Amino acid sequence: MPATIVQTNTTPFKKVAIDPVTLDIMENALRNARVEMDATLVRTAMSPGIREQGDAFPLIADHTGKMIVGQFGSFIGGFLDNYEGTLEDGDMIFLSDPYSVGGAVSHSNDWLVLLPVFKDGRLIAYTSMFGHQSDIGGKVVGSMPINARSIFEEGVRIPPVKIWKKGEYNDDLMKLVMHQTRKPDWCAADLNALIASCRVAARRVVEMAERFGDDVYVSATQELLARNHRAMKTLLSQAVSEEPVSFEDYICDDGMGFGPYRIKCTMRREGEVVILDFDGTDPQSIASINFYLNENMFKMFFGIYMIMVFDPQILFNDGFYDLIDVRIPEGSLLKPKFPAALSGRTHALGRIFDILGGLLGQKTPEFLNAAGFSSSPHLFYSGNDQRPGKGNAWFQLFQIGFGGIPGRPLGDGPDGHSLWPGFTNVPNEFLERYFPMIIERYETEPDSGGAGLHRGGNGIHMTYRFLSAGTISIHDDRWFVPPWGVNGGEPGKRARKILEKADGTQIIIGNKVEDIDVQVDDQLHFITWGGGGWGDALERDPALVAKEITQGLVTPEGARDYGVVVDASGVVDAAATDKLRADMRASRGELLLFNSGPGIEVLRANCLAETGLPAPVQPVWQHLEAAE
Amino acid sequence: MGYRLGVDVGGTFTDLLLFDTATGAFWRHKTPSTPHDSSEGILNGVTAICANAGVAANQIDYFLHGTTVATNAVLEGKGAKVGLVTTEGYRDIMQIARSFVPGGLAAWIIWPKPQPLAALENTVTVKGRMNAEGKEVRPLDEADVRTQLTYLKGQGVEAITVSLINAYASGAHEARIGKIAAEVLPDIPVSLSHEVLPEMQEYERTLTTVANASVRPVVGKYVSNLRNRLAKEGMTGKLSLLRSDGGLMSAAKAEEHPVSILMSGPAGGVTGAIWVGRNAGIKNILTLDVGGTSTDVALIENLEPRRQRTTEVGHLSVRASALDVKTVGAGGGSIAYVPELTRALRVGPQSAGAVPGPVAYGKGGVAPTVTDANVVLGYLPENLLGGTFKLDRAGAKAAVQTIADALGIDLMAAARGIIDIVNENMFGALRMISVQQGYAPRDFALMGFGGAGPLHVNAVAKLMGSWPAISPVSPGVLCALGDATTRMRTETARSWSRLAQDTKPEDLVAVLAEMAEQVTGELLSDGVPADEITTAFEVDVRYAGQAFEVPLTISADLLAAEGIAGILGRFDEEHKRLFTFNMDTPHEIVNLRAVALGRALDLPSPPIEKGNGDPSAAKLRDHTLWMDGREHAAVIYDRALLKAGDIIPGPAIVCEMDSTTLIESDCVGTVDHVGNILINLA
Repeated sequence: MPATIVQTNTTPFKKVAIDPVTLDIMENALRNARVEMDATLVRTAMSPGIREQGDAFPLIADHTGKMIVGQFGSFIGGFLDNYEGTLEDGDMIFLSDPYSVGGAVSHSNDWLVLLPVFKDGRLIAYTSMFGHQSDIGGKVVGSMPINARSIFEEGVRIPPVKIWKKGEYNDDLMKLVMHQTRKPDWCAADLNALIASCRVAARRVVEMAERFGDDVYVSATQELLARNHRAMKTLLSQAVSEEPVSFEDYICDDGMGFGPYRIKCTMRREGEVVILDFDGTDPQSIASINFYLNENMFKMFFGIYMIMVFDPQILFNDGFYDLIDVRIPEGSLLKPKFPAALSGRTHALGRIFDILGGLLGQKTPEFLNAAGFSSSPHLFYSGNDQRPGKGNAWFQLFQIGFGGIPGRPLGDGPDGHSLWPGFTNVPNEFLERYFPMIIERYETEPDSGGAGLHRGGNGIHMTYRFLSAGTISIHDDRWFVPPWGVNGGEPGKRARKILEKADGTQIIIGNKVEDIDVQVDDQLHFITWGGGGWGDALERDPALVAKEITQGLVTPEGARDYGVVVDASGVVDAAATDKLRADMRASRGELLLFNSGPGIEVLRANCLAETGLPAPVQPVWQHLEAAE
Repeated sequence: MGYRLGVDVGGTFTDLLLFDTATGAFWRHKTPSTPHDSSEGILNGVTAICANAGVAANQIDYFLHGTTVATNAVLEGKGAKVGLVTTEGYRDIMQIARSFVPGGLAAWIIWPKPQPLAALENTVTVKGRMNAEGKEVRPLDEADVRTQLTYLKGQGVEAITVSLINAYASGAHEARIGKIAAEVLPDIPVSLSHEVLPEMQEYERTLTTVANASVRPVVGKYVSNLRNRLAKEGMTGKLSLLRSDGGLMSAAKAEEHPVSILMSGPAGGVTGAIWVGRNAGIKNILTLDVGGTSTDVALIENLEPRRQRTTEVGHLSVRASALDVKTVGAGGGSIAYVPELTRALRVGPQSAGAVPGPVAYGKGGVAPTVTDANVVLGYLPENLLGGTFKLDRAGAKAAVQTIADALGIDLMAAARGIIDIVNENMFGALRMISVQQGYAPRDFALMGFGGAGPLHVNAVAKLMGSWPAISPVSPGVLCALGDATTRMRTETARSWSRLAQDTKPEDLVAVLAEMAEQVTGELLSDGVPADEITTAFEVDVRYAGQAFEVPLTISADLLAAEGIAGILGRFDEEHKRLFTFNMDTPHEIVNLRAVALGRALDLPSPPIEKGNGDPSAAKLRDHTLWMDGREHAAVIYDRALLKAGDIIPGPAIVCEMDSTTLIESDCVGTVDHVGNILINLA
């Protein structure tokens, strides 16, 4: 049964003609309101994940629930279809359970608030925002257990409930929820921040309706959707072929020794509708790397990628949704069946963007980017601070790292930058001040970016020296299947994690590990993957390669991937370079559109030797039918 | 008493304003800027304005100057070649920056990453480590330091910056490296991060220190050149530069700390607006400074401008106090266009600039701009600048017609659409500094200046509900006026980073007193008499765990009377105003700042002749313009002939040498006792 919307004023909005100038003014004002949501959140949130790194996503939707501004697309339509209850003035919905909202949030750590905006008794808009909570209870600190077998192990699950009901705050509910987390102070502040952001946006919407009139406001939102529909229709018919194209990539492992997991997507156009079909994607994992992908969210990702690749001038909203048909097989990694664990979904979420890039650029190599979105490396470190004078106080750190940005048509991929919008790193002086650690190194990893005419960005080599015993957990990927290069570019180097004990012993640890004990003066080398290269590395200017040696971004050994013979001080041996390049050109085969390394079987065979870790074992799905 | 000369060098014009401190009389002059050597244009202006006023150059006591020389050095990458010395393990500090890619999802595809201000090949690391408490973890390896500095010497660096991890907690290693650098590279200036910015956050501190080192030689050269040329003309007065935060600093100090003058340009207009507001009896003002390519807006509350802790220059965010000026890419030269796919009307941020400029200027521009729309609508009469410069209205019409055709609307609707959209963009910027900071725009007046501010101020005031809309006296040279009328200022900052509950008031008082002594000393050394110096303190507070601090102004008396609880009470109040809620979380005192100020000058504006309310003596001619969807009969007035108390019904246009004021059809302008035009709804 769908939600019942209670309006004291049932007069329907009148459709009025909107002149183009008013329309642009309103679009602009809505965009400003969205920016204001971000600003409010970042200023008042407390967990480092949100306040320093910006892991949160806002949206403003029309009165039917379609997103007008935002970037993750709207889930509201689906939510309304399934919510058995009323929605009225003074209500605010709070939720975190992905299974209750078709994957609108994709793990229970993301807390979402949804505010229906009423004006003079009529529902005129929705504002909503979700943000990643650093801890929501459950079996591990940070609430993202790699080895969870079901969502029940991943902390508190909140179905859609009313945090505010007709203007009244549900105090008991919030006591119950906050009782589940290890960090009620962070959760309370972050939730406050999400609510304040939604209220700010609601106020802006009402102000706009007051300024222009309710009918004009609502009609304008419809026209904005229609405008986007028209633009995307033109773009899709030009950029997407009726001929199917497919692309597949892998999640390296599930943290339980199995992998890799294939994600496959096929794109084709039928008339004006683009079909994106994930048939061929592997079944769901028994562990937590499943990613419950909401179809509308994927439409939005697709739309945004199309726009960025082909025409960045278009502004995106939900208007084009009926031009896209997303098909995800039930029981697959991307649509797991309840109660599959979901907390480790970050790898598949990142990988989706690599796949989109590979799909869209395939027929237009001049627009094609290499791989590197790939994942979102996490580190957890927690314990009681045993340093003198610290009173054994509990600490827990959740930090998001970054890899290298892929080589692009525009040029080299930036080193150690974020592919996620709005994310920043945490200042190391902040970490050293508030956590028992010294950051001994925060540099890019030389040669990790794939060689190419446009080099992939280097990953980051971050070294933590722990000053108190505690436990760490790591979530990362791209350690087994490398980020691919394109148009002749080489793949980027893979991620590694090394624990160096105080006596100098080095232990290679996995990239998805839980509850590793660390001692005082242990050092963790957290090395992320580099972006794939773009274009033929042998065409790169040797002088540029030499310069990057003096900059420490490339080593003389790494320079050989570019066919450049150069010493450590950056002096190029021109004759030797010419010869090396000639030899390489003669001996290599045809340049590949996509270069993802030697293939899964060879990677498996060489895994232990190359990575220091045993190869993941091909998963078998006994208890599930293969996804169809 | 003597004379103060304010000089503002812009991209196109150099504005001068000579102020007689005894009578309040002033003279203004505009002369073309000379970008190859700004001092040439300045001297042309000085000669002209002195002749005009009958004043000899040596009668000018103070030469007060707003300049974009530092800004441009950063924006155009013309700063010095900086060598950066940082801690082992942090060589890529400028390369990685904050890992931030601007824009939304997938924006990385189209983001051109800027090059670091200190090149990576000129960045070296040294062994030695401090911890967050300022204690030494590993000693500085001095042999290593010498090796690295020698390498930088070989690289031919022109300036050295030392920025080590945790230097905000202890600068001992940096200071030692500074000493060694003086031996290894004796003629190269050295900047140490703990001196330039003793605050936590390694990237921001390093960037600020590097930016300072990078523009130092440029600013130094500029100042000494200017000083010499002025001396040759017999000008012996004191040379001061306008800081980004709206205060003045001696030229000598600016040479040392040029990071403080990065946003000197926009600060001039705001300080000018304060002077106008003081004389007009209006204390709360939003400013709207409309130039050719962009518009700057700021908020003044009770004659104090809002400041912020960062200075944004291009893509860089440098930690130095600046007025909280927001800039939008909306100005007279902003280009209107209709993208094919969406058929939306967009205005800016692309600009026709000064060359080729708007179509109406007849210098080869073909793209329709905001100025062209103003010309088409009749808001900008065809004869500007006293008739020497005729606008090409036919050309403007043809250009705007292309927009009308693309949108399927008529010419006048398209032209007004362009104006509405650019006004809306200005409105958006004004909202950011008012509504979003918890201020109600109806409590403020809106002052428009710069070349095109008075043309848009009435319409934007309507959007904001901010009245009156003010067209100040001399809107075209308000920056120079601001340079001439503001006061000396300096400040210093330190990290505190302790919970309020763990802070003893006496410790706080002791540190603040030490900081006050430091800033007072700086003004004394700049020649400000001790009895003219006042000090003030700012404390940044947040709920422990937040990333965003609220700066609170406090005085030593207040601290003595109310203790730390008094500060926290004010924080809670401010937090509620900004974000609508308070929390039970403990408070953290994050940073401390001490400010020293020179004497506030009481410089009155001379009253103008009083009239009988009827402006018809100032009427130039009848005119027709397009507004509210139809043609209106309007009148054009000569501003120089208006008298105090004149009441001008809209629609009307008031012309002067370098600016045009538009009064809309449902509004009325009143000339106040000093010549400002105050526009209100009729």
